[in-house]
Order: sequence, then C-alpha cells, then structure tokens
Amino acid sequence: MSEPHVSETKSATTSRPGSATEVATTVNGVAHRSWVANRTTLASFLRDGLTLTGTKVSCELQVCGVCSVLVDGQPVSSCTYLAADVDGRTVETVEGLASGERLHALQQAFVRNFALQCGFCTPGFLMMSKALLERNPDPTEDEVREYLDGNICRCTGYQPIVAAVLEAAAEMRGGRSA
Amino acid sequence: MPEVDAGAEHGTVGRSVQRRDLLEKVTGAAIYTVDITPPGTLHAKVVRSAYAHAQIVRIDAEAALAMPGVVAVVTADDIKDLYPRFGHIVPDHYILATGKVRYYGEPVALVVAETFAAAADAAAEVEVHYSELPAAMSVAEALAPSAPLVHEEAFVVSADESFSAMAATPTLEEVTERTNVAHEVALGWGDVEAALASAHLVVSNEGMKFPMLYAYAMEPYNAIATYADGQLHVISTAQHPFMVRTDLARIFDLPLARVRVQVPYLGGGYGSKSYTKVEPLAAVGSWATGRPVKLVLDVEEAIYTTRADAAEVNVRTAFDADGAILARDIELRLDSGAYADNSPLVLAKAANRCFGPYRIPNLRVRARSVYTNTSPASSYRGFGAPQGSFACEVNLDKAADLLSIDGDELRRRNLVDHGEEILPGKRGLDADLKADLDLVVDSLRRDATQAQASGIGYAVTASDAGAFPVSTAQVRLQTDGSVVVLSGSTEMGQGSRSTLAQIAAEELGVELDVVSVSQSDTATVAYERTTGASRTTTLTGLALQRACADARSKAAEMAAEVFGWSAGEITQVRGGVCGPQERFVAFGEVIMRWFGANAGEITGIGLVRRTGATQKMPPFWECGIVGVEVDVDQETGEIDVRQLVTVADVGFAINPRAVEGQDLGAATQGMGIALFEELIYDGPQLVNPNVVDYRVPRMRDLPAKIDTMIVERRDGIGPYGAKGAGEGALNPMAAAVASAVGRAIGKWPTQVPLTPERVWRLINDLPEAES
Repeated sequence: MSEPHVSETKSATTSRPGSATEVATTVNGVAHRSWVANRTTLASFLRDGLTLTGTKVSCELQVCGVCSVLVDGQPVSSCTYLAADVDGRTVETVEGLASGERLHALQQAFVRNFALQCGFCTPGFLMMSKALLERNPDPTEDEVREYLDGNICRCTGYQPIVAAVLEAAAEMRGGRSA
Repeated sequence: MPEVDAGAEHGTVGRSVQRRDLLEKVTGAAIYTVDITPPGTLHAKVVRSAYAHAQIVRIDAEAALAMPGVVAVVTADDIKDLYPRFGHIVPDHYILATGKVRYYGEPVALVVAETFAAAADAAAEVEVHYSELPAAMSVAEALAPSAPLVHEEAFVVSADESFSAMAATPTLEEVTERTNVAHEVALGWGDVEAALASAHLVVSNEGMKFPMLYAYAMEPYNAIATYADGQLHVISTAQHPFMVRTDLARIFDLPLARVRVQVPYLGGGYGSKSYTKVEPLAAVGSWATGRPVKLVLDVEEAIYTTRADAAEVNVRTAFDADGAILARDIELRLDSGAYADNSPLVLAKAANRCFGPYRIPNLRVRARSVYTNTSPASSYRGFGAPQGSFACEVNLDKAADLLSIDGDELRRRNLVDHGEEILPGKRGLDADLKADLDLVVDSLRRDATQAQASGIGYAVTASDAGAFPVSTAQVRLQTDGSVVVLSGSTEMGQGSRSTLAQIAAEELGVELDVVSVSQSDTATVAYERTTGASRTTTLTGLALQRACADARSKAAEMAAEVFGWSAGEITQVRGGVCGPQERFVAFGEVIMRWFGANAGEITGIGLVRRTGATQKMPPFWECGIVGVEVDVDQETGEIDVRQLVTVADVGFAINPRAVEGQDLGAATQGMGIALFEELIYDGPQLVNPNVVDYRVPRMRDLPAKIDTMIVERRDGIGPYGAKGAGEGALNPMAAAVASAVGRAIGKWPTQVPLTPERVWRLINDLPEAES
C-alpha cells in the first residue's frame, strides 16, 4: 500500500521537534496564520485545518485533477503540494469562486450544461477551467480538451464539460459575469 | 381545473429541468461521506496482507500500540465473539482475515488512533507473521487438479428467493466436493448438438478475454461508524444502505431498528459501491474503542477492495444459409477473486445476457464463477452483460463476414421483436431493437469516412434489469402546500433527487420548487432494496406515484370529513381537491382544517412488490444499442474513435438531458474497457493498482462525433412508460469497438482492452505478449 499523505494539523505543534512550520497564507481572501506539520498536504490543510471540504482528493498521485486549487493563480495538485509551501502565497478554492450569492460564470455554465453528475471531480474542473480562461479567454474546443486533459471525470463523458467551459468563456468575454 | 389523470398534459416530467443537486456541487457545499468528521472521531488505517495466500502465524501489535495517539489494534481474535463475516449471498467474507489470508491486500488488522497520520504510522509497525501457501492466481490455476483451495469450508447461502428470481436457473445447492468453483449456472433449451451438426455454418470464437476492471468511482470507499449504547450509526459510501444495515445487524446481533446507515452524496458508484464494503471495519473499530471511527481508503486500497469479474468466453453459433441462428453454445468462466460478494448474481446475469436478444431455437450456456487468490470481484455497471457480449457480438460479426451478409442485417434477421420472449417465461422484450439499430447504423454511415484503415462496428445487448421489485416511497404534504419525498434510493450522481422530485410534482400538481427529496438514511426514509440495475426511475418511481395517489385520496377523505361532502362530490385536482360548485381546496388548507390548527401533514405511502405490473421478471429490459467508427494506425496499432453513436431506448425520458448524460457516461466507461482499462496481476499483486498505470478515458479521448439519441415509445412499466437507463450503453461498447477494429484491420480481436500493442500484434500476426 502506498504511504498515506494526509497529516494532521491540530497536533502539529506537539509532534516531533522541528517537524512543524509556521504558515501565513490567504485562502479565498481570508488571511490565516498557523503551524502545520511539515508533511501536511495543502489538501489536508484546507479540508481538515480550515474545513474547506469543497476540495476533494482522489488519486493522491497528481494525475486525476480532482484536488486542483490555485496557488498565486497557478493550478496545483493540493494532494501532493505541501501546506508549508503556501507560506506567503494566496490560495483559491472552489468555495471562493462565487461572489456572495452570485455564482461564477463557470459554475452557472456547469449547472446549465449538466456538466457534472456525482460532482466529486467538479471543484477540480472548475479551478482548472478558471486558470485556463484567465490565460486564454477565447479558447478553441481543442485548447479546452488539451488544458483539461489532466482532469478525470468518470460520470459525464466530458462533452458537457467542454460545452460548459466554452459557454462560460463566451459569457465572460461578453462582460456579463465575474 | 384540470384533473390529474393519465391523459393530462405533463407539466414537470419529460423536461430537462435543472438538476437540484448541481448547485451545491458547483459551490463545494455538497457533503460527501469523506467530508464528515464528528467530534471525538478516531481515525483508522487497515493493515493489509502482503501475500496472496498464507497462514497467519502471529500478529505482533505491541510496538504499534505503544506509538503516540494509538488507541487500539483490532484483529480477528478481538471480534471472534461477533459474527465476523459478511456477504449478502454467501457470507464468506471475513471482516478481518481469520486463520489465513486469501489475497494480497486483504485486511488483517485495523489500527485506530487519534489522527489519521498516527494510525497510518502505526499500521506500518504492526508485524504480521505469515507462512506462505501455494496460491491460485488465475482461473486456470484455480481449476487445476491439485489447486490450493481458496475456501476450505462451505458457507450456508443466505440469499433469499429474490436471488433465484433474478437468475434464470438458480443452482445454489450445496457443493459436496470442495473445489474452487464458487458457483455454476447452466441454462438452455433445445438440442444444441444436433443443430450444430446439421448447420450450414458454425462460427466459433474461443478464449475471448474480458479484463479485470476497476470502476474508479473517484471518491474511494469510506465510512464513519459510531457504536454506543447498543446502537450502531454508520455514515458511508454505500449504494444500498438497507442491505448494508442487514449485514451490520448480523455482525453485532442487533435489531435492524438499532442500526442506522446514512448515505450522503456519493462521489461515483457505478455498481462498485453496491453491498457492504468498509462499513464492518469502521464499525468494529468503534465497537472496540467506544468512539466514532472514520476509515478512508486510498485508491490503491479501493482497487484491492472490489473489482469487476474478469471473463474468458468460448462461443459457437450455428447458422442456416440465410443467416438465421440455429444454435448458440457458450461457455463462460469468471475470475471472481477471493470472496463471493455479488459474483453469484454477476454469473447468473452473465448467463442470462451473454447470448443476446436474438431468436435462438437451441441454446446451451455453461457458466462458472471461480475463486482465485486475487481481490474480490463484485458488481460493476451492467454486470455480466459486458463480459458475455464482447465475445458473442464479435462472433456475430465474424459470422456476418463468412455469410457475406452485413452485420446489421444479420442482427436484424435474428433480433427478437417487441413483446417476444428472450428467456422463456420471463417478461417479453419491451423495446424495438431493430428500429433502434437502424438509427445507430444510419448515423454511423451518414458520417463514415471511406478511409482504408477505418471501420464501423455496432453491437446490441439486452439486460434483464431492474433487480428485484421491492421498493417503497413516502410523500409528506405540508401545510403550505410543499412536499417532502422520502426514498431509500441513493443519489450517486445519476440524478434521482431531481427525477423523484419531478415525479412528485407531476403527480401532485405542485411546482417543482416546493418539492424536497430526502434519501438514503435507514432511520428516517422509506425502505428501498437497492440502488442498482437502473431501477430507481422505474421501481422507486412507481412507488412514489402510488405514494402520491395515496396522499391525494387521503386529502379527499379529509376534505369530505371537514366540509361534509360526499365522496362523489370530490375530484382530485392539481395541488388539492375540488368540491361542489368547483370549490378548490389546496392540500395545505385540507391539512389545517382537518387538524384544526396551522399544523399537521398528510403522509402518502407507496409500495411495490412482485405483483401486478411488476409481477413478471425482469421489471424491464435495459437495452444497449451502440456503434463506433474507428481509425486504426497500422504502424502503431493506435485507435482513434471518430464516431460514437448511442440509442437510449428508455420508454420515456423524465429528464432528457439527464438521460443523455447517463448514456454518454456509460458509453465512455465502455470505451475505457474497449481501449485502456485492465487490472494486471504479476505474481501475488497487481502491477497497476493506481490511476497512473490503470488508464481511464480522458478528455482528449473524446470522439470527434458524439450522437446520443433517446427513443421514447412509452413501453416500460415505470411512470409514464419509463424504463431504467444508465447501464445500457456500457454493455455493448467493448464488442462494438472490437468489431470496428476487426473490420478496419481484417482480423477479429480476441481480447480487450485493445491497447496499441495488442492491435499491432494482431495486425502483424504476432502472439499475445506473455503477461
């Protein structure tokens, strides 16, 4: 069996000497400062430490894309990215996508297009798609497929996801959404 | 005011309404089991077998117990006063390996600690001493004369009569001589030998191999159990909470009513979360420590927990000169792994489904499920059907070539008609497969290239689906006219929360917005046997329709009492009842007048059992009609799926977009089987128990053309003529892709997945690589 990656945050300060790091980070616009065990992954820090459970974990090998979040705007696999490494950086997760009650254009388009079923992969797809559209506001269908090829969905067969991303891109270019 | 009757125009059903679960799923607010950690929770890590087959000599847990934060190490010795096994058909599955281990990765001990990290650290320090035994790693090894026995003892079969009702020929009698054959099924009629001897043409495909598969539901199995005060509360990733409850009650000798199994959103299931998985482990952890215990598997552990049955199939089909099938003779062997789980039913279904929805005057099917020292096999979407259809549909295309008849025409000449029996005494076919096949073939041919290296393939399957018809539902009408639906069917992504709301809104004549649906909590919702075999829309839907009818007539009776109306003066109308002089009284007003307060509710109950419309098995046939066009790179053997065409013959689509989504999802998983997916054992363990080496379809594998068609002939027994959906398109995919590749390269594949290497070897007449 593979080594488990998830670590605890609450007993971090009482574990082995030198095994914890102080981290100052901004997550979805909220500043946090805390001690984390060195081996704590970003996913564990978000889910167990900050109870931001919207970010999911699946393969733990950074190949399924489920745990994708943005660190300083760059997509990373939070299952293998260490929490200690977000010190001084900003993190965006699915919980930060909407502005208050108003859903992000991507969230709206995913719902409209039935671009999810079980929803477990969806937070990762949304964050990757956000990163894509920030770099390339007008992607072709092939560019969407290329960029999201690292995100696995077992339910939908992907076609509705491609449609949703293209639709959200068009809407965002029209300036009608966040 | 329009009356609620069958002739009324549908208001809510038949429309692609926005699925209600999607909003909370896109914001991250949706709660899955893995997101729940009650206060005081301990965390568990499983110590797993390092051998495929070995005696457990001794377990040393002292070092682990001495580690910081460790609360308990539970082994088989600790739970021997409980009923230490589970299994809904054969209770052969030890919670913790007892005496010996039967596969690499089998749970041997459970470490329970204050944190997950502490449990994981300590699990590595539990020393298990083994004495290795010879192992049976394949069906061939397991059936060899001197094969080691995976199970020395026979267990009394605990399946009820519903099991035999789902198998065409139940053969669950006690086995006298112990072998590794877990189960056998024989099915057939007529004189196969005579038909083979006198046929114009006999076409055979021998040794057709279907791989071991992992469903890869992206949320791995996990559970939280709390055992306290003689009550057990489990939150888990179970598709069938009521069946898990039965296993748990037996383990702890508790009344069913003192076991509560609750299932929030599932991160995928596809059958792999059917029946009991990690719940007993979490439960014995809590029983041993008196605190809530959470157990979350990683993907590798999940792969070793359940896979799909691998199959090897031999098929011979006899034809007359016009291509009419005279006989089929089919042998199926399933590699079912170390424990039975649902494999006996997978086997029975494989036997029922392998020969296809064709008119076959003489049939012989012999099927065996074999224990091996590999991970336990159980349900996966469409179970039994994909295993058999790969061999038997490719066999038809090979025959078509030899008969110089188009593959679709050969099928058309043999497909059963609407209403005709596929299995004697069972429900006749409730679909028009010839018309459906025409739609697929027309779409494929319309856009086909004339390229040399391309080929078209299609395949047809019909599955006796719907499972055993025991379903219940409840509706609770509220004083403000809103409605609560209670169902034991699990929302696992298929969209039942929306579908059930649509049915309730339709039946009661209320707005969809005022209907809420609560599901899958054995303590609070209505009983449902399973969430599988595409049954929810049909069977739970029927139960819900009846619950709504019950609520409406209760409202009418209460209105009669309150207003002094006679029964004949009252009509049931949308949202309430109508009395004399067209006096409309909304449900809410009926409730408040009857109770004499701004309080109370009406509960409607709906029950479904094997009677009336659901007397005949199966409740419905789930058909799979798919086609593909592929390009094959003759140099590399790489396959590009250019076209994917599916027909969902669903009777009536309550939410068409949701049906399309299910169909494309099923076809895509089927494409994964055809092209990529295969668990591979090398020695005692898998070489690819992870998502890097076990490749599933990705976005760039999407075919350039996708055509998903829905056919609605209202020929199902479900609400508005609906039948189940969601498995159909997976079942024939491996066969369709293999046939397309066969036509592209002029040689018929004998094995899926069709990896580039396999196709290249086939093109170049090279033998299959040694595994």
